[in-house]
Amino acid sequence: MIELRDVHKAFGSNKVLQGVDLKIDKGTSMVIIGGSGTGKSVTLKCVLGLVTPDSGQVLLEGQDVASNRSNAERDAFLARFGMLFQGGALFDSLTVWQNVAFRLLRGSLKKPKEEARAIAVEKLRRVGLKPETADMFPAELSGGMQKRVGLARAIAAEPEIIFFDEPTTGLDPIMAGVINELIREIVVEMGATAMTITHDMSSVRAIADNVAMLHGGVIHWTGPVSEMDDASDPYLRQFINGSAEGPIEAVR
Amino acid sequence: MNPLSPVAAVGRSTLALLAAIGRVTLYTGATLSHLVRPPFYFREFLNQLMVIGYFSLPVVGLTTLFTGGALALQIYAGGARFNVEAVVPQIVAIGIVRELGPVLTGLMVAGRVSSAIAAEIGTMKVTEQIDALVTLSTNPMKYLTVPRVVAATIALPLLAAVGNVIGILGGYLVSVLRLDFNGATYIRNTVEFLEPSDIISGLVKAAVFGFIVALMGCFHGMASGRGAQGVGRATTNAVVSASILILASNFILTGVFFTE
Ligand SMILES: Nc1ncnc2c1ncn2[C@@H]1O[C@H](COP(=O)(O)OP(=O)(O)OP(=O)(O)O)[C@@H](O)[C@H]1O
Ligand SMILES: [Mg+2]
Repeated sequence: MIELRDVHKAFGSNKVLQGVDLKIDKGTSMVIIGGSGTGKSVTLKCVLGLVTPDSGQVLLEGQDVASNRSNAERDAFLARFGMLFQGGALFDSLTVWQNVAFRLLRGSLKKPKEEARAIAVEKLRRVGLKPETADMFPAELSGGMQKRVGLARAIAAEPEIIFFDEPTTGLDPIMAGVINELIREIVVEMGATAMTITHDMSSVRAIADNVAMLHGGVIHWTGPVSEMDDASDPYLRQFINGSAEGPIEAVR
Repeated sequence: MNPLSPVAAVGRSTLALLAAIGRVTLYTGATLSHLVRPPFYFREFLNQLMVIGYFSLPVVGLTTLFTGGALALQIYAGGARFNVEAVVPQIVAIGIVRELGPVLTGLMVAGRVSSAIAAEIGTMKVTEQIDALVTLSTNPMKYLTVPRVVAATIALPLLAAVGNVIGILGGYLVSVLRLDFNGATYIRNTVEFLEPSDIISGLVKAAVFGFIVALMGCFHGMASGRGAQGVGRATTNAVVSASILILASNFILTGVFFTE
């Protein structure tokens, strides 16, 4: 279980997170929605320790993640996670399969090269990429293909907790459907805990057990996806309907 | 205008300078501490040895060749004023081996390699590849910085050694072809004159320069601001700071090696 308690984070005078409280139960899928620039990506990075919160706590199974001081503890902590970055963040000096199998080629999860490659090709297939892409470099791929390679890398080592930062942005509707199904499968079949950021409401409905809306630096609304459509919160309503009129200003 | 504002400006830049020195020192310490703790990414190291060492050979060779030639012409012309034109081989040898070989190699590699390292690591930072490394349980210091620093520290003395030979060759060619020196005598004078300490001191300098070049590239890359502009600034800072540190440390090392 992941829990954020009163997390604050500011960049200079830009107060991004102003007391985020959020709980994600083990084996469930949480989707975070919210306007552009509200700090969704920063929230994920706070959990992973890529961004250090100014105050507040992030707990993993009741233990403060900031207490993982030694390298070995950090490694063990991070080995439980997979993350798809918003921009893909593929290593452009490595081929596609070496990217996907990065974790399997070094460190505690090291496997023989042939085996690592086979796993990479299999994961690529799951995100709808042909085996031929395995030997290409990230720069040779389209934006949506890069996104899917990033996704394959995030799930390659079969982590228990997976973060997806906008997994379907830049994909065609069919491919977006494939990815939504894949994320759902990972949660249901592999029992992984997922935290997904998305702007795509059809994706929210396909992936989420629970939904949280980030607005004004706090979790403005949270609840099961089934209650989302009946919620009366005007902010949430405006967001779901995508209307320019409402309490959320269009210029932020 | 506040009459104290120039003083405040001096104070501010002094503080900024001290803060920068502090950050570089901490970064150096971190690099050294990661250097002695496993894992060590040997394949990365080999790659970097290729990129930093092997591919710098043409630049270093051309630079030292022309410099050796020019040095021979200058010493000949200068020596003629005291009727000691014959010292060309000895002075070229000592000038190249002790000073110009290592320093020019360091500066050329600073231009070629510091900038490339800073641009690469800066881009990785900006595109979240460094964050991705961390989430994949790979320490960026160990995976990026240590292999580059070790490779450059080993590659630079080797490059400088090659540079020394080519620089002396440049002096030889000019002296024999233009200044009517006898080839065999030129080589004998060079070899008999040079002491092992001349050569070793130059190579030690080169190793220090190599450390500086890679460290500055990595440091500024990691400290890169956001966006293309941030990477551009990191690249410039890397080359400028590496060059200045090379010249400053050269002065200090020369003082250490050659003052009795
Ligand atoms: N490393 C950083 N340094 C300075 N400011 C940052 C940094 N990372 C994020 N920010 C700022 O924090 C705010 C939130 O950024 P974040 O990337 O979390 O937005 P987001 O909710 O993911 O938006 P989007 O949906 O557009 O991806 C933005 O104003 C951004 O400028
Ligand atoms: Mg984002």
